[in-house]
Amino acid sequence: MDFNFLSSTFIRLMGALPLTLELWALAVFFGAFLALGLTWMRARKGRILPGLSRFYVFIFRGTPLLVQLFLIYYGLGSIKEVQQSFLWPFLREPFYCAVLALAMNTAAYASEIFRGALAAVPFGQVEAGIACGMSRLTVFRRIIFPIALRQALPAYSTEIILMTKATALASLVTLFEVTGVAQKIKNDTYRALEVYLVAGLIYLVLNFIIARAIAALEHYLSPHLRAIPASKRIPDPADVL
Amino acid sequence: MDYLTVLGFGPKGWGLALLAGMAITLVVSLAALIIGSAVGSLVAWAKLSKNLAANIAGDAYTTIFRGVPELLIIYLFYFGGSAVVSGIAHMFGLEGFYDIPPFAAGALAVGLISGSYQGEVYRGAYIAIAKGELEAATAVGMNRGLKFRRIIVPQVLRFAIPGLGNTWQLTLKDSALVSVTGLVDLMRESAMAAGSTHRYMTFYLAAGALYLLLTSVSGYLFNAAEVRATRGLRRSN
Amino acid sequence: MTNLKKLGLGLATALVALSTSMAVQAKDWKTVTIAMEGAYEPWNLTDPSGKIVGFEVDVAMDLCKRAALECKIIAQDWDGMIPGLVAGKFDAGMDGMSITEERMKTIAFSKPYAQTPASLVVNKNGPLAKLPGTGSVINLAKNAAEGDAAIAALKAALKGKTIGVQVSTIHATFADKYFKDVATIREYKTTDEHDADLMAGRLDAVLADVTAEAPVLAKPEAKDLMFAGTQFSAGPIFGTGVGIALRQTDPELVAKFNTALDAAFADGTIKKYSLQWFKIDTAP
Repeated sequence: MDFNFLSSTFIRLMGALPLTLELWALAVFFGAFLALGLTWMRARKGRILPGLSRFYVFIFRGTPLLVQLFLIYYGLGSIKEVQQSFLWPFLREPFYCAVLALAMNTAAYASEIFRGALAAVPFGQVEAGIACGMSRLTVFRRIIFPIALRQALPAYSTEIILMTKATALASLVTLFEVTGVAQKIKNDTYRALEVYLVAGLIYLVLNFIIARAIAALEHYLSPHLRAIPASKRIPDPADVL
Repeated sequence: MDYLTVLGFGPKGWGLALLAGMAITLVVSLAALIIGSAVGSLVAWAKLSKNLAANIAGDAYTTIFRGVPELLIIYLFYFGGSAVVSGIAHMFGLEGFYDIPPFAAGALAVGLISGSYQGEVYRGAYIAIAKGELEAATAVGMNRGLKFRRIIVPQVLRFAIPGLGNTWQLTLKDSALVSVTGLVDLMRESAMAAGSTHRYMTFYLAAGALYLLLTSVSGYLFNAAEVRATRGLRRSN
Repeated sequence: MTNLKKLGLGLATALVALSTSMAVQAKDWKTVTIAMEGAYEPWNLTDPSGKIVGFEVDVAMDLCKRAALECKIIAQDWDGMIPGLVAGKFDAGMDGMSITEERMKTIAFSKPYAQTPASLVVNKNGPLAKLPGTGSVINLAKNAAEGDAAIAALKAALKGKTIGVQVSTIHATFADKYFKDVATIREYKTTDEHDADLMAGRLDAVLADVTAEAPVLAKPEAKDLMFAGTQFSAGPIFGTGVGIALRQTDPELVAKFNTALDAAFADGTIKKYSLQWFKIDTAP
């Protein structure tokens, strides 16, 4: 075990972690909004909007992320009209191309998760809200959204963690996030095993932290599902008498 | 060169090459699926077992293969694999250098990843078996092997079909990453064609379309299999 | 044998079955596996049928015939060339690889069979169309002082620009050494990829081998690209020419190829292939 090499590799890879996190955060953020849009489209009446949404999900879940990334980066990049359009300052940069590809990909999966979560909201509660005189917006804000959020969180947390792994693909379009730097070190030193093991460890710890954070969020959001601590429980009359 | 020529089957056309790549993609994915089902069964058994060490091992396996990027695992097995295999060989006194061909490295890597997902599928499927049936089997006097063969396996397979369908699609898509080892699968072939002809849009769209074909046909087949396997079963929906 | 040893032996046997080649270090060479990228036109390229063709294929076949060896050509990505050679995946590597001091620390080379200069490639309509020194070639080994001046001039012109190179190449090393503090250097896995980005306008320039870029510039999609700036060859970074990469533990194989190369140069075979594929004579 060459600890010098391992520690210098570790430091170099940690230096690339911010880029990985940036890619991940932006992809999740924009992907979530896009997913909400897709879910909204899917819930409309009629054929066009839901159809478009279903088509989008079909395409993005049926093709590998790598193909999507290369299509956006190399495919769009090779079209003259795109190079001269207002989008070029963004599509020119591999960073934005990667974020776009990741966001569009996660949106497809996330929209299905949101759709399932919405469907799981008990309609009785919505009816009760309407019966109480709540406006549509209030019903959404106070009943549908909180319940759907709680419902979606487990599955969505898996999706978020999958996104950290997906950022590794950005290394294939010249971005030096953790996997990209690992490749570079391996190319320079030929010590593949050690470099990749350190990189893998970094991802594992990152995912562990994210999973814990989401578990804490889930815990915070569901106080009514937990047992009431003994000190606050109303004593059973049978016990007292 | 117009699109038909470049995608077609003539001497300058890459159509045949793309189809050949698609065949390799299918074979790698199948190999990975088989490896994954063997590993997944082990993982499911480990997690369902009452043995604490087995539980921990199963959990560790799943955590590792679901927490590390697939690309990195493929790199690890391909670039790091030769070192490991040579090392193991040397431990047994065997001379020389051992090579892991890209196909084996890729199928193994994707297979082990698939195994972690399949482990969850099989575990869920096993839990779905009515406990009463297992008790009845023991009561009737079936030994462990017979119970496994006649009660557990058929039902696990039946309940696992939807999850397996998902995992198969995941495996198909993960196989695209094996192209970084140089294996000439569909992804690699289209990258080569795109680079050689500078028609990136054309070939990556073609690749996407072919992958879509693979995943949608698979989805259809798995749906049909599920319908057939669960005929006669009373369902809650 | 204990159960554990039996298991281990079985595992090892299975692993042996997994591998395709057992590179036993035979002193008596009969068959040689040569690795090429298949994506470095015109040195080596892959045609639609999947076959690898090119200058190096022709040269390799000729050399092997002379050395009475049976040669098999396999495809190998550039960034795995040296590791694969050292690990024993193949016995030789030919991919326009220049002989440099740095590489000689890990591997051995045959005599050079070609030497080609490196150049920047830019967009005709871009900011770098008028780089200093366009059209001239400087041999950095022979004219170091002149070379330094040319490099300094280029450095000034490249300030703030983005340059693309292929990973682990002499061009990447050169760009890193001289242009890293004034320009952004982006590394790509293949030359196709940096050419694509140059054509798309993501890069202001690409630093690559002249003979590898010439066929690209000849294509209609690349009509806006041109060579620019001083071209460089030789010197400590660019090396003493392109050679066959071999293992340091195979001196007999190096000798065999060297003898064959001498003969091939003597009777003009290499020149013939060079004119055929490069349209110029690339003899070192």
